[in-house]
Amino acid sequence: MSFMLGITPWPTVSALLWIILITAALYLIRNTAHQTIQAAAHGLHRSFRLASKAVSRSETSLAVRNRDVLLAAGREAKERIIEREFDRINETVRKDLANYSGLHRSLSESIGRIEKDHQEAVDVPPDPPGWVKAVEAVADMDAKDGRAHIGSILSDIHKSLIKAHKEAMTAYHAASAKRHKLLRHMRPDWRQIQQTLAAVGKNVDSLLSRSVTIDRHMQEYEDIVHGQDRAMSVLSSSSLVNFFVSAFVLCIAIGGATINFSLIARPMAEMVGGTSLIGNFRTADIAALVIILVEISMGLFLMESLRITRLFPVIGALPDKTRKRMVYITFSILFLLAGVEAGLAYMREVLLHDELATSALLRGDTGATATGEYMWITTTAQMGMGFILPFALTFVAIPLETFVHSLRTVIGLLAISMLRAFALALRLLGNIFLYLGVLLKQVYDIPLFVPLWIEERIARASAEHDHDLKGARL
Amino acid sequence: MKRGILFTLCVLLASCSSDTAPRNTGVYMLLDTSGTYAEELIKAEQIIRFTLSRLDASDSFAVARIDTGSFSEKDIIAKASFDDRPSAVNRQKRLFAQQVSEFVENATPAPYTDITGGLLQAVEFLNEKGTGTKTILIFSDLKEDLEKGYVRDIEIELEGFEVIALNVTKLRSDNIDPREYLGRLEEWRGRVEKTGGQWRVINDLDGLEGLL
Repeated sequence: MSFMLGITPWPTVSALLWIILITAALYLIRNTAHQTIQAAAHGLHRSFRLASKAVSRSETSLAVRNRDVLLAAGREAKERIIEREFDRINETVRKDLANYSGLHRSLSESIGRIEKDHQEAVDVPPDPPGWVKAVEAVADMDAKDGRAHIGSILSDIHKSLIKAHKEAMTAYHAASAKRHKLLRHMRPDWRQIQQTLAAVGKNVDSLLSRSVTIDRHMQEYEDIVHGQDRAMSVLSSSSLVNFFVSAFVLCIAIGGATINFSLIARPMAEMVGGTSLIGNFRTADIAALVIILVEISMGLFLMESLRITRLFPVIGALPDKTRKRMVYITFSILFLLAGVEAGLAYMREVLLHDELATSALLRGDTGATATGEYMWITTTAQMGMGFILPFALTFVAIPLETFVHSLRTVIGLLAISMLRAFALALRLLGNIFLYLGVLLKQVYDIPLFVPLWIEERIARASAEHDHDLKGARL
Repeated sequence: MKRGILFTLCVLLASCSSDTAPRNTGVYMLLDTSGTYAEELIKAEQIIRFTLSRLDASDSFAVARIDTGSFSEKDIIAKASFDDRPSAVNRQKRLFAQQVSEFVENATPAPYTDITGGLLQAVEFLNEKGTGTKTILIFSDLKEDLEKGYVRDIEIELEGFEVIALNVTKLRSDNIDPREYLGRLEEWRGRVEKTGGQWRVINDLDGLEGLL
């Protein structure tokens, strides 16, 4: 500084001289400086815009990929639902068709019985009375012959008529009673037919409602196949819901696994030793953890073998016979491990009592060593938990599958958001550099206001001079 | 895939190659049975029980008496290297406590006090056990009284040992001249710290929480 101010004997003059020199230098390289600033600003702007576009392209391709994945997952899920609905329909139809011959026979028999009863129940008119012949006999009788006997003949006719009437009435009553009896017999057949038809109607209604459901699912399936936005938004939101719900259930399962771990870690020391270490972890803890992880794995395989989950396509594609064997094997292992856990839980309680008794003895508190009367409740509860928790953990496979499938979508959505934000930031940064260049050029000109003012004046004067010359020529 | 396997192997190797130094505790307790100090043994039994309650599987514990010549295995009253299994540890602790109780009931006063010999025996025992932490508890008034002919002016290597003096009672002469008591403590501190050991005094037996 002293050197700069020391180029003349007067510091003020030196400073002034320096200012003039620097200003002159800056003015001389003004165009070059402006071009440099502009080139740098434009270069940075273009680079960032290019980077932003590249990121945007990545985001777009990721979005497409995510959309494909989501649609594929949705299509697969929908196919499973439709397949299940068809299975149900198939089951219903199979059951009804299997019973159809019996149903048909039952209906035919009922109808045959009704027809037979109906025919038998037809109202048969009573036989005509026998007095007609008697009247004819009286009519043909010669007046000369035995007129004296007419009275007795008429009396006989009367008697015959009364007798015939009585017989006809009796026959008629008997026939009516028989008809009523037959009609009464028809009632259960009517009811049976009614019930059979009601059952058939119910099955048909069920099939109809299932067909409506299938129609709905098919419509959604078509939407997914055509990749419609509505289907996309439904799938996306359901994927997010699935993610959070399955994450919540998995957290609960982790809690259960932790409880399970604490149940078996202490007694495990009795088997593998309490002080041996693998790395920085106790072998007993690792052994307990391994048992729990093996249980979860067996649960996963069991669920896969039962085709409840589809995390391992290899298991799902196994022949049915092998798959069933796998179900038995995994369930047996799970059962044995549950038994081991129950035993360990019992051992834990025994060890706890032993330790408490030893501690009490060392404290000199002999009264505390007595075992409580109701300690069997906690022992039983621990054993029960030890036995049940492995089976409960089996069901972790279901939320785990949902979590894995939805995680793919959620990660995709997060990545898209991040890429979008990154692209925006790059674009913003590019614009900032562009305007920073403009600003720097303006800032550069601030100290050069004097020469610039002079330049402007000269330029204006020159322009006026040229204008005057043009006017004079014209 | 290969990279994944390599990474897993590296993690496993790293975990295996981590600190494998022993982490168990070794405690050797010396009981002064000389003269009137033998009456204090009830307190010693309490300390032993407290120590037992603090020890765990794989730890080692021994209790020895200080008598005329303490540099001997014969003076060990009870010793145990606790098993790996918790149930066996409990059994060992109960047996240990029983042995100590029997000793306290039948203890007879010793004519001389060979603390240095006991200390040597303790160092030998704990070094042999190779425990991670080595603690020597001295339940004594720290007044050494050697029989004629016993040579104990030897330097004991106490690097990595913690020596804790417990219940260092004041003798009648200490009351007359407290410098004797303070000098005794200072002398033992010097002997222990000179060879790399750590020295601590606990006279308040109600505050044994920091013992181990």
